[in-house]
Amino acid sequence: MELDPLFLSRLQFAFVVCFHAIFPVFTIGLASFIAFLEGMSFRTGDPTWERLSKFWIQVFAVVFGMGVVSGIVMAFQFGTNWSNFSYAASNFLGPVLSYEVITAFFLEAAFLGVLLFGRDKVPQGVHLFAACMVALGTFISSFWILSANSWMQTPVGTELRDGMIHVASWSEALFSPSFPYRFMHMALASFLTGAFVVAGVSAWYLLRQREVELNRKALSVSLWMILLIAPTQAVVGDYHGLNTLEHQPTKVAAMEGNWQRGSGVPLLLFAWPDQQAQTNHFEIAIPKLASFILTHDWEGELPGIAEVPYEEQPPVWIVFWSFRVMVGIGLLMIAFGLTGLLLRRGGRYWQTPWFLNGMRWMSITPFLAVLAGWVVTEAGRAPWLIYGVMTHAQGLTPSLTGGMALFTLIGYILVYAVVFSAGLYYLMRVLQDGLEEDLSAEATHEVERASRPLSATHVRLEQGEH
Amino acid sequence: MVPFDLSMIWAVIIAFGIIMYVLMDGFDLGVGILFPFAPDEQARDVMMNSVAPVWDGNETWLVLGGAGLLAAFPLVYSVLLPAMYIGVFLLLAGLIFRGVAFEFRFKANTSRYLWNWAFAGGSIVASFAQGAVVGAYIQGFNTEGLVYVGGALDWLTPFTVLTGLGLLAGYALLGCTWLIMKSEGYIQDWAYKLAPKLLAAVLLVFVAISVWTPWIDPSAYARWFSSIGLIWIFPLLAGLCALQIFRSLRKRREAMPFMATMGLFVFTYLGLLVTKWPYIIPPNHTIWDAASAPESQLFLLLGLLFVIPIVLTYTAWTYWVFRGKVRAGEGYH
Repeated sequence: MELDPLFLSRLQFAFVVCFHAIFPVFTIGLASFIAFLEGMSFRTGDPTWERLSKFWIQVFAVVFGMGVVSGIVMAFQFGTNWSNFSYAASNFLGPVLSYEVITAFFLEAAFLGVLLFGRDKVPQGVHLFAACMVALGTFISSFWILSANSWMQTPVGTELRDGMIHVASWSEALFSPSFPYRFMHMALASFLTGAFVVAGVSAWYLLRQREVELNRKALSVSLWMILLIAPTQAVVGDYHGLNTLEHQPTKVAAMEGNWQRGSGVPLLLFAWPDQQAQTNHFEIAIPKLASFILTHDWEGELPGIAEVPYEEQPPVWIVFWSFRVMVGIGLLMIAFGLTGLLLRRGGRYWQTPWFLNGMRWMSITPFLAVLAGWVVTEAGRAPWLIYGVMTHAQGLTPSLTGGMALFTLIGYILVYAVVFSAGLYYLMRVLQDGLEEDLSAEATHEVERASRPLSATHVRLEQGEH
Repeated sequence: MVPFDLSMIWAVIIAFGIIMYVLMDGFDLGVGILFPFAPDEQARDVMMNSVAPVWDGNETWLVLGGAGLLAAFPLVYSVLLPAMYIGVFLLLAGLIFRGVAFEFRFKANTSRYLWNWAFAGGSIVASFAQGAVVGAYIQGFNTEGLVYVGGALDWLTPFTVLTGLGLLAGYALLGCTWLIMKSEGYIQDWAYKLAPKLLAAVLLVFVAISVWTPWIDPSAYARWFSSIGLIWIFPLLAGLCALQIFRSLRKRREAMPFMATMGLFVFTYLGLLVTKWPYIIPPNHTIWDAASAPESQLFLLLGLLFVIPIVLTYTAWTYWVFRGKVRAGEGYH
């Protein structure tokens, strides 16, 4: 079998971007949580808020560091594997991605150091301000990235001249039609990720009776958050879907597994899409529900996958099932939010082992949901790299061979495996150490301490030594 | 539309960014290259501590340069990265390993030797890859129209191996003279002894490259020998810097060897730029061929003019805070 550079490059990009995405999606949510904790500490003067904040800042530091390292690779992927695309889209993507870099550096230079190391050196108000700015900075950073991605999904404000994109209107291109929905959807996903990780870790501590008062507080806050955000996310997701129906109908058809245009389309709970035969096997469906959800009319008309030629169809199986994974997890999240509310009577939410164990396991689900969601939207626009303008095949680096792509794919997998198992292992050690230690008594030389993410923690890499 | 030549401004910014990167990440990569040869583990602690506070700020310039290239000279981005495909991977893998080693070495006890190797290996691979990029740039790239059409390993030739080794030696010299400035006692003695040997190696490779280049690139010969002009000032100044390094090492001066090594790098770099000017993707494309649309160059320039002073100030402040000697048992834990 001949190695296909196109397939391998897509696989490599998916691998690298998925690996990268789990870090920022967590840090964005966590940064806001820390800003909230700092705000509560500032307002109430209650030292428990500050202790919680100190602990979660350590976790933030480790995850932020890993996000930066994995992000560097992303910046070069466009050029190495997708040089035709990079060149054609450079007039728009170049400045947008550069602004993201600038934002990140500005944030790191100005405020991250104060947040991580400045607690005892600056007034509390300044420290709170730094926490807010770091949280804001993570949003500005994701603004640029999601703006670039949204433009690739729904390109407007640009024109193609001599094989090159030229920007006609920066505001139109930056705020393309799918951008507001994608940004909201992603922001809420980040909040949910932060909330579920905090809840899961707190639940784990509570099961072991560690720092009960502190962790009960953290669990309570994150459960309110989940109760509020998880249903909101479902509504925003629905609007995002309607927007996709308008601009990328084939993607929605693939999400629904609907091959032929028709009205009164059923909602498929289970199906085995068969792209060769252009049909589904083993369907279990609720009649007319898909039409109702997407058009708010039981008899509404929905597009079909088979309306576009076979070569222009996305891989239906992947899109169809990733979508169900995402929605399924979303519903599970809402259920846990409501259960948490019910268990508040008599304060059972922090004393019920099965619930705490459930929250522990739930802490991994937001990551799965986010990755599944990105697979839906990215695989769903295939074969288009810039929707309706340039396909993946056209954007590929012409000189790239299958062997080269395979070499770097294996290479990146190995590098990430080594680096991130070390990172994850270290993060587990930080969590095991917990909140007990009084971190203000750390014996580090103040001036000579480096202002870098991991120096914010004082946990050793190996067990049993301090 | 725009009254001044934006491509020219951007060329100056990118050229400035590259030399900033080479000088600043150069010495901390150099410290990594020297890591296996350090006298003992305590010396390694001091070596790493001397660069720990500043190294990630140094790499800022690399990422800024990469993103800036895509925005201002996208053709460079879309030709250079495919042409250097394998080299870019090695560079990134090397930088990632050494970056992570910085974080974990101080936190490790039993696995410390592994992080030592990750730090040294990553630094060596990344430095060699950067040197090979310089060599590949002198060689030129096989393009048709606006697309790279050469093979995966075109960049790996005896010439680029030589430039790779040259930059390896150059970074090691930067790292060595940096250590002279930042350390004392037996570590400084060791660096004083090592520096002249490294300088000799650097000069040897630089002369070899200078003699070899006209054979690889006839236009370089034409530029340097057809009209004997002002450009000969650069090799002259580079030579004076080399002399200054030798003299200051003999007098056991502490800061001068590092300063003079930076001078050697700057003037060699300027010499390379005038050899190729105005070609940014030799042999076919000038900076104007490679430029993006003026409105895109302008859009980013506004943000950059705001941020570069902040980054420079922040950088200067960090170096000021961490000035002075690094001693064993102190510093970053």
